[in-house]
Amino acid sequence: MTAPAIELQGISKAFGPVQANKDISIRVMPGTIHGIIGENGAGKSTLMSILYGFYKADAGEIFINGQRTEISDSQAAISAGIGMVFQHFKLVQNFTVLENVILGAEDGPMLNASLARARGVLRQLSEEYELSVDPDQLIENLSVGHQQRVEILKALYRQADILILDEPTGVLTPAEADHLFRILDNLRAEGKTIILITHKLREIMEITDTVSVMRRGQMTATVKTRETSPEELAELMVGRKVLLRVDKAPAEIGAPVLQVEGLRHVDSHGVERLKGVSLEVRAGEILGIAGVAGNGQSELLEVLGGYADATGRVLVNGSEIDLTGAKSDGQSRRARGIAHVPEDRQTEGLIMAYTAWENIVFGYHRDPRYQSGMLMNNALIREEAQDKMTRYDVRPPNPQLAARNFSGGNQQKIVLAREIERDPDILLIGQPTRGVDIGAIEFIHQEIVRLRDKGKAILLVSVELDEILSLSDRIAVMFDGQIMGERLPAETDQTELGLLMAGVTERPDKPLIEAVDASLHEKEAREAEQHD
Amino acid sequence: MDKMPAWADAVLVPLISILLAAVLSALVILAIGENPVDAFKLMVEGALMRSAGWGYTLYYTTNFIFTGLCVAVAFHAKMFNIGGEGQAMIGGLGVALVCLFIPFPHWSIALLVATLAAGAFGALWALIPAYLQATRGSHIVITTIMFNFIAAAVLNYVLVNVLRPQGAMDPATAKFPEATQLPTFQDLFATAENPLFRGSPANVTFFLAVLACVAFWFLMWRTKLGYEIRAFGHSESAARYAGISPVRITVVAMLISGGLAGMMALNTTMGEAERLVMNATEGAGFIGIAVALMGRSHPVGIFLAALLFGFLYQGGAELALWTNIPRELITVIQALVILFTGALDNMVRMPLERIFMATRRRNG
Repeated sequence: MTAPAIELQGISKAFGPVQANKDISIRVMPGTIHGIIGENGAGKSTLMSILYGFYKADAGEIFINGQRTEISDSQAAISAGIGMVFQHFKLVQNFTVLENVILGAEDGPMLNASLARARGVLRQLSEEYELSVDPDQLIENLSVGHQQRVEILKALYRQADILILDEPTGVLTPAEADHLFRILDNLRAEGKTIILITHKLREIMEITDTVSVMRRGQMTATVKTRETSPEELAELMVGRKVLLRVDKAPAEIGAPVLQVEGLRHVDSHGVERLKGVSLEVRAGEILGIAGVAGNGQSELLEVLGGYADATGRVLVNGSEIDLTGAKSDGQSRRARGIAHVPEDRQTEGLIMAYTAWENIVFGYHRDPRYQSGMLMNNALIREEAQDKMTRYDVRPPNPQLAARNFSGGNQQKIVLAREIERDPDILLIGQPTRGVDIGAIEFIHQEIVRLRDKGKAILLVSVELDEILSLSDRIAVMFDGQIMGERLPAETDQTELGLLMAGVTERPDKPLIEAVDASLHEKEAREAEQHD
Repeated sequence: MDKMPAWADAVLVPLISILLAAVLSALVILAIGENPVDAFKLMVEGALMRSAGWGYTLYYTTNFIFTGLCVAVAFHAKMFNIGGEGQAMIGGLGVALVCLFIPFPHWSIALLVATLAAGAFGALWALIPAYLQATRGSHIVITTIMFNFIAAAVLNYVLVNVLRPQGAMDPATAKFPEATQLPTFQDLFATAENPLFRGSPANVTFFLAVLACVAFWFLMWRTKLGYEIRAFGHSESAARYAGISPVRITVVAMLISGGLAGMMALNTTMGEAERLVMNATEGAGFIGIAVALMGRSHPVGIFLAALLFGFLYQGGAELALWTNIPRELITVIQALVILFTGALDNMVRMPLERIFMATRRRNG
């Protein structure tokens, strides 16, 4: 019997009082794809950081190909044949692909020889695994998908036999994700071992051979992928049965509440991020904006939320609102009945150092009902906070606790409680479940649908296509600052939306990935031009 | 999870820092051949054991409370106002102008008007750097430092060429009229049989400083404006999301900050010298930075830190007077306290955090 490519025995790691990993044992056989799934904070990343030498485990042993191995730093990990592709790429933006690949793995003090050798190796690798990238292109001109290929090439160039990928599809269009999986398939066929860390059940089911589930720092189960189901995995992750589908009645759609016409926004670098966006959200409907991160969705929310200037027209209940100047800020938007759950609760939605009760009025703190004379009526605010936290099941329901001491899901519930309980006409909501545990996702989705059923207009922005498909009554796809098209969820599928997300509006006759690559490449070139 | 309880952060960290500074200071004193224990005794006796000593200590404390609060307001808005010195100088100009040119019937009215003038002049001096930071992005650290020099030059010009009485050799204004002179602690508390605070400069502005601490607390933790200033200081992006204007907060916070620095001049100019002299601020604007850091930008902390520095100033003066320890060494001791409480804060904090987390793990 062959030895496992990786075997971890009894790995434990604590950060202060937090036990991030507790007695974790795992065996990954060579030539397989092993999925590790778990909620945010379950300890997946810590475990991989130990395997890659970033952290030292408090206890436990690591065996690589049956040999006990001490991995004290990333250099040791690389020489043990481990390569890592991080969620946030570690590439030098103004270096070429080739330069990035040899960085830190040069053969000698003179670069030319290394570059020539690397060019040969790269050509061979890209043919073998469908990993084609132009070796002389600067990283900053590459699409995200191609940058990820460079990361994989870097690992392979260092002769990695074991590849760890941390949430690799977070920033990819579906077609790019499919292509990535084909690359992983090729790598597996060549006998490489792959560990795939993800929170997406669908990906686990699609590509892995075995899957390990982590919960609260512990490995709760390891199962053969074909012997399990998404439902079972979700239950193992959360520790109870969860509803994966959103329960919702057909929408009762009313008059237009939010009308956006020809919205344009230029960022501080002079790059046009919104290129004439027009859309309409009606009462009692959820309009989902699908798209890969960085295609203008964030800017759309910022403009509508009142903290980025724009040109064009925005009408709320038929009357126009200011898009620049003193009457275009979060305060005046709220006064017009626009509530906003921002994409990033930690840097926008909450003041992490503020207590929950201080946060529960954030943005609404000038409301006269919270004032008593010259002072703020903190007693009333605390009372309201307690009430809202109980109703939104925020745990622990302690208004005196600072926001940073709550988990991601509970932080999001605080923001939701604040925004939804204002009974707004329009709710802007960005990435409602990013970094949120599955249990809380169910709750958050129900609250959004409940608000819709009260006849409110909801603009939902999410990079999770599944979320868009299951929540939206209508879907608009955004690419490169424009709306590429609108579809009804019942009349479309992942493939069609995926193509729109890459800016491909018609079904191409060539392979999908080629059309997607070409379109994304054009976009990068346009942006680079504007930047200069 | 917070790393350690609030009391440890507020009390234990500064206390250990001071202790370390004291130990190092003792070594320095030992190195020049003096007895650190005697030196410390002398400092305590001179600053705290006699009412006149207290009179000096509290006089310095008053200065440091104002400048400490000045720096703290800016800290809450995540700005570093190094210009307290200049703002206090210009505040002094405001005090001098109203005292010299308005005939006041009673010191209480004079104090009221002079407070407004000092605050307004100090705030105005902070307005330009604030405006430049808010709208042009000119870094406030740089501009406020530059404004310290400009303030000194302005004061120099005004004292030499405009306000200096005919024939006087000293670059200072004339003595303020009798009616504007503030009651000192001696005036207030000394009796014939019990001559307290004799000859010491502490005066009613001390109570104004205490009042400022209270007002500061209400402003920061009980008003809408304080809520917004602190929110902006914690996260500018979140403030923007909430519709809090960065320009407005930057300008308003700096106006308050400059105003507080300006009010320090009441103590030195109106309360002590009773005229405006060249170097009335004596570096108190800079000590304010250390006071705010050590006091964790909280009024109670600032009061205590100001008291400590008041003690160091007065005790240091006593040392220079009675021993062979040179004045420069007093500055070294003060610098050590600043170094440990301000710059080396993490050196004490991190091990302490580790201890607290370890004990918590053992108990939990």
